[in-house]
Amino acid sequence: MLKAARDERHALLVAATGAGKTLAGFLPSLVDLIETPSEGLHTLYISPLKALAVDVQRNLLTPIEEMGLPIRVETRSGDTPSNRKQRQRSRPPQMLLTTPESLSLLLSYPDADRLFGGLRTIIVDEVHAFAKEKRGDLLSLAMARLQKLSPGMRRVGLSATIADPDAYRAWLAPDGDIDAVRLVEGEPGAPADLSILTPEERVPWSGHSGRYAASQVLDLIDQHGASIIFCNTRSLCELIFQDLWSANDKQLPIGVHHGSLSREARRKVELAMAEGRLRGLVATASLDMGLDWGNVDLVAQMGAPKGSSRLLQRVGRANHRLNEPSKGMIVPGNRFEYLEARACLDAIDDGELDPEQFRPGALDVLAQHVMGVACAGPFRSDELLAEVRSAAPYAGLRDEEWEAILQLNATGGYALKAYDKYRRLVEQEPGLWRITKPAVAQKHRLNAGVIVDNVMMDVRFRNGRKIGRVEEGFGSTLTIGDAFFFSGLSLEVEGFKDADIIVRASKKDGRIVSYGGQRMSMSTHLAARVRGFLADRTQWTRFPDDVREWLDVQSRRSILPEPHELLVETFPHEGRHYLVAYSFDGWNAHQSLGMLITNRMERAGLKPLNWVANDYALAVSSLAPVTDPRALFSADILEDEFRQWVEESHLLKRAFREVAVIGGLVERQHPGQRKTGKQVSFSTDLIYDVLKRYEPDHLLMRAAWEDAKARMTELGRLARLVERAAATMVHVEAERVTPLAVPLMVVIGREQAPGGAADEALLVEAEQALIDAAMRID
Amino acid sequence: MVPLSFASRNFAVLPSGALYWEAHEALLIADLHLEKASWFARFGQMLPPYDSEATIDAVAEDVALSGARAVYCLGDSFHDRFGCDRLPQDARAKLTALTQAVRWVWITGNHDAGMIDHCGGEVVVESIVDGLVLRHEAEAHEPRPELSGHFHPKLRIKARGRRVSRRCFVATEKKMILPAYGALTGGLDADHPAILRAMGRGAAALVPVSDRVLRFPLAA
Repeated sequence: MLKAARDERHALLVAATGAGKTLAGFLPSLVDLIETPSEGLHTLYISPLKALAVDVQRNLLTPIEEMGLPIRVETRSGDTPSNRKQRQRSRPPQMLLTTPESLSLLLSYPDADRLFGGLRTIIVDEVHAFAKEKRGDLLSLAMARLQKLSPGMRRVGLSATIADPDAYRAWLAPDGDIDAVRLVEGEPGAPADLSILTPEERVPWSGHSGRYAASQVLDLIDQHGASIIFCNTRSLCELIFQDLWSANDKQLPIGVHHGSLSREARRKVELAMAEGRLRGLVATASLDMGLDWGNVDLVAQMGAPKGSSRLLQRVGRANHRLNEPSKGMIVPGNRFEYLEARACLDAIDDGELDPEQFRPGALDVLAQHVMGVACAGPFRSDELLAEVRSAAPYAGLRDEEWEAILQLNATGGYALKAYDKYRRLVEQEPGLWRITKPAVAQKHRLNAGVIVDNVMMDVRFRNGRKIGRVEEGFGSTLTIGDAFFFSGLSLEVEGFKDADIIVRASKKDGRIVSYGGQRMSMSTHLAARVRGFLADRTQWTRFPDDVREWLDVQSRRSILPEPHELLVETFPHEGRHYLVAYSFDGWNAHQSLGMLITNRMERAGLKPLNWVANDYALAVSSLAPVTDPRALFSADILEDEFRQWVEESHLLKRAFREVAVIGGLVERQHPGQRKTGKQVSFSTDLIYDVLKRYEPDHLLMRAAWEDAKARMTELGRLARLVERAAATMVHVEAERVTPLAVPLMVVIGREQAPGGAADEALLVEAEQALIDAAMRID
Repeated sequence: MVPLSFASRNFAVLPSGALYWEAHEALLIADLHLEKASWFARFGQMLPPYDSEATIDAVAEDVALSGARAVYCLGDSFHDRFGCDRLPQDARAKLTALTQAVRWVWITGNHDAGMIDHCGGEVVVESIVDGLVLRHEAEAHEPRPELSGHFHPKLRIKARGRRVSRRCFVATEKKMILPAYGALTGGLDADHPAILRAMGRGAAALVPVSDRVLRFPLAA
């Protein structure tokens, strides 16, 4: 690293967790600051997580203090008090640790050129977590801006082991010039010590959390010094904590940590963990990067790991010493997940990492960045365009897209020029743009950011202490006296105040908080391995008895498909008819397939209700039975149909909501803004409907499409799946639910078929139920 | 169009949320909120400037479908009293053509009270037709039968694992609230206390489906 720095080269450091990457990244900056002490901002460190920045600050301060160096290291995030934020701008520390969002905001102030003019180095930690996301787009644009403000700035990327380092070098480099970035590879660490928890009882049929194993997990916590228990979602995190807590006869000190808990709550457990006061911490991905707790000696993964790189990352949290193996344990949630866990361990043994998928930069993020630049001061359109194109994700940006971005920011970018008098940006002379009034900048800073949460409600005690946030969708289902588990506590609702839920501690049994949000798909290489397991009985000897029995009964009641076959089962269940297709193409592809199939069912008069997918299969329920699944899977007119379906789906509307906020079309809803009984907000769904009818080619409609497509499978993959179906489908009509279908039948997170005949049928049914209840004489 | 009887008079419900009164060849619509988008644009939220056109197109379709010779707008027709000034050219032309083609009555609401320009039609605070009071916001102590808007009611139900949300009417024997008609108007749950307070006892949400109107009693 020092050599790369002395050569003034950009660098990508790829090393296993525990190899001391972060410190290595800072080393050249420390050396430079010792040799030539200077005031002003010298080094920026960008982390995906606020917690990580705090942790790095702690680890960096120790050596700096021990050596008595006059170097100030500070953090900055949305949580930083505003007086400190102001001081950081007027008297910056030499090293500032921050997030892409906060960096982007700093760049929107008129003093950005002064602040960053002497910047020597930017360190991007966990670069693999950024590069393929909108936050990475934002960061990439910010780096291009910084390079302009300080042409000599070095870019340093730090990454865990990745399959394709060159792709990340290109992402990191100015103008995508791979050769400008030196690849520095760390020593490989000791191979991790990984296993699958063998259940005392049976591997459960359903669920995806591994809850059944609470007491076994507690035993593991007891046998180790300190453990992290990773869960795939925030809800599961709360759920698992409750399960562990109620089985915690030995009163082991355990804690809970996820992104919706208040900052104080998170800090408290982070500190307790660092000081060794906690034996176990139940956490989500908000912890799975970089946090350095040397004392952790076990990482348990509750539920499926979804990818081999991902598992290695998480397990890397344990035993942060290079020469000792990290110890990890997977607790599969159901039988499919057992197969996936086994596939994951096999992949790791074979050195197979998750494939990387890069995509072009998002246009809504670009719009936000350009607005931020405008807030800092007037800009020349051609210069800024060249700068934007030097950011790898935007290298291919077209002229007309750029023009549309400018217009979007100026007046909303509509073909109908209705808003000229309300302009936010104006062309002061040809090619030179500026904002029209200071209020535009204030508004921009209030709404900036690329993470669009659902509307949240604060959860507080009566004394005002904030515990965390829940989504309004969940909060609105609560009434006074209800109890719910949150932050590891049972909380009873005392009342509502504005958008806050006021609670008190309770002993009641509560509901579990639910959050929406995206799901991670199982990576394709694990899917191929799982398919292989089903067809190859010789593999089964490695499985526990009940998993073997499950597969065996399935093979007798229905069939087990060969790797090239698509098994489709139909059966009635609980008053509905089900169709289950086992295509093993991952959750995203199954979402698309669900949309496709339900639309075709709607047209065939089968009254589809909803579908539920996991990584292995898709189940669709309907009021009428499907007798000929082949007709539903026909590959004819796929593309048009697909477009039409996606347009009508919730998915595109959801994507539109996000781009409308990021692209600055509508304002972010801040908690507490909603008034009761009065409509102050308007739905982006309605905006979408209007735009779709009157200007379907609007920039943000295109951006929403790109998002929706990226989130689902590409059309090509879906087409292959459907084309394959005709030749490879094996249809089994079962008289009742089959063993293979069970894990799907209880999955949380159903998707609704687009509104159709079933809606009316259900409304009619709901009315009839009311009448029946009213007219019954007992 | 689905038949609906209210206060001993016969109406028909259109899928858009309009009410057609055949005896008077009148179309009743509430809460158009025209130029809502441009109202927000003034403060920097550049919503699509097509909301008025979308709403006016829908009214024109409903007038053609029903054969109405009169249109009563039950208030909040413009998002603010200067809304009409901001109508884009096309939308203005379409609205003016409509107000000339049929008898057009603007009943004012809280958003558009004091509206000045209105593209034709007459402006009143409330109207009485055949003994029915037409006004913007329901009055709890009104003894006469009354039709109003203001609340933008919608019904949300969950059945067999599926959520259904629809704009709806809320009615008692003597009072009825129409759903919001405008393209960018949001909704308020039909059983919201503010609605139940205005309606008094015995309120039900009425949801038109293809061949009839479903009735969902709302707990007071």
